[in-house]
Amino acid sequence: MELKDDNISAMCKPAVGEAGRTGDWRDATPVIDHSKCIASVKNRPACYLCWLYCPDGIVTAGIPVRIDLEYCKGCGICAEECPAKAITMVMREEAGK
Amino acid sequence: MSNVEIMTGNQAAAYGAKLSKVQVISAYPITPSTPVTEIIAQWVEKGELKAEYIRVESEHSVMAVCVSASTVGARVFTATSSHGLLYMHEQLHWAAGSRLPIVLCCVNRAVGAPWSIFNDQQDSIAQRDTGWIQIYCRDNQEILDSVIQAYRIAEEVYCPVMVCYDGFVLSHTIMPVEIPDAERVCRFLPPYKPHTILSPEDPRNINPVIFPWQRRDAEGILRDGYMDMRWKLQHALEGSREVIIKTCRDYAELFGRDQGGMLWTYRTEDAEVLLAAMGSIATEATTAADILREGGIRAGVVGIRVYRPFPRGEVRDVFGKAPAIVVFEKNISYGYEGALCADIKAALYGAGSQAPVHNFIAGLGGRDVKARELAEAARSSLAAIAAGNSERQTWLNCATE
Repeated sequence: MELKDDNISAMCKPAVGEAGRTGDWRDATPVIDHSKCIASVKNRPACYLCWLYCPDGIVTAGIPVRIDLEYCKGCGICAEECPAKAITMVMREEAGK
Repeated sequence: MSNVEIMTGNQAAAYGAKLSKVQVISAYPITPSTPVTEIIAQWVEKGELKAEYIRVESEHSVMAVCVSASTVGARVFTATSSHGLLYMHEQLHWAAGSRLPIVLCCVNRAVGAPWSIFNDQQDSIAQRDTGWIQIYCRDNQEILDSVIQAYRIAEEVYCPVMVCYDGFVLSHTIMPVEIPDAERVCRFLPPYKPHTILSPEDPRNINPVIFPWQRRDAEGILRDGYMDMRWKLQHALEGSREVIIKTCRDYAELFGRDQGGMLWTYRTEDAEVLLAAMGSIATEATTAADILREGGIRAGVVGIRVYRPFPRGEVRDVFGKAPAIVVFEKNISYGYEGALCADIKAALYGAGSQAPVHNFIAGLGGRDVKARELAEAARSSLAAIAAGNSERQTWLNCATE
């Protein structure tokens, strides 16, 4: 039998994807050019301003930097903040090519 | 041994909160509710009441504190009036939507513009559709008793309760009030159990964005959409009537005082005209009924005690056979009529009653209403009804030309 929502007020358990797969909200997709990304170029943990500024916390501060496109809403803040201009926002149709 | 003291309505409300062993109080002063929280602040300061008293910068923050404290399992109390209540408006919706059993005393006061510190019921009536249960008290004893009952009702149905009483008429007027025995109140009122236990080991997102549609959560359980949640609140308020009545009955058994549950009646059995009202003006109407009966008119009074949930069934029973109904009220739904009058008529629709209903808007902004004036108003209504005037709105003691 289907489990019925027994909550009398709205609540959920914190979990990845609890607010839905927000990646499908996206029109423009961030594409990283790792030949320009400071962390990749220096081959050590550095800069990570994209990670710091991402309002959805979906940037992984590693080498290389990774963006979780399942949840990235395409706001473009990472591209705007990147001091090396390593991130380009590519419109959905072009990104698919 | 009975413990009767002479006290104001505000003192009675404070005693109600103290006897209910409230754990968190947050308030911002506003006339005429200020003494309620001043008295409680003194008790907390002296250590007579073990509670947190949280001072904030506005009533909006007051209700935000109440919501937070109630969410983590504290029994919460506040009191306010008029613009203070209106400033809380948004948070009142949050309290009800979060299903938190907060108890608020609304010491009824007129709403500006222009400024008035005096009594009417426009403030709480304006909050009618926030999802709070509303109780209107007729005297100081009922204020104390209703605060205690309000916690039991609220914590059983998980809905907040507004205990309303008239500013100055009750809040600053002294009457004998029996203070119930604290241990017996404890027996009547079990400790508050929140509907959701919060713990770092089992975390929750509270009130996240909810969608119009139902949706599966990360665990695959189909969670309610917004509308399903709202139905649960409506269902809870509709279902709270039985709890309110039972609570009142249990209280009467333990303490010997019965406020009547959803509504109370006075000399209604053989009445040819029923006067309806809420709060202290209903008490005044009982004297008016006596005056009318001395003059040969068989009048009775129906005091609506619980306004939300509205006592639909009780109203049908008590007014169903009444030849004439006169509603006195201290509020106006601008562009229509008094809120109580409209609700009584709505409840009677389709129930077979053809009784004429006359509406008197009275006592706005503290304008005095005397029992003999209510009696005279009822007499004029009966004369108008005899002349075939079945619907009428009159502003009592008001310059309308």
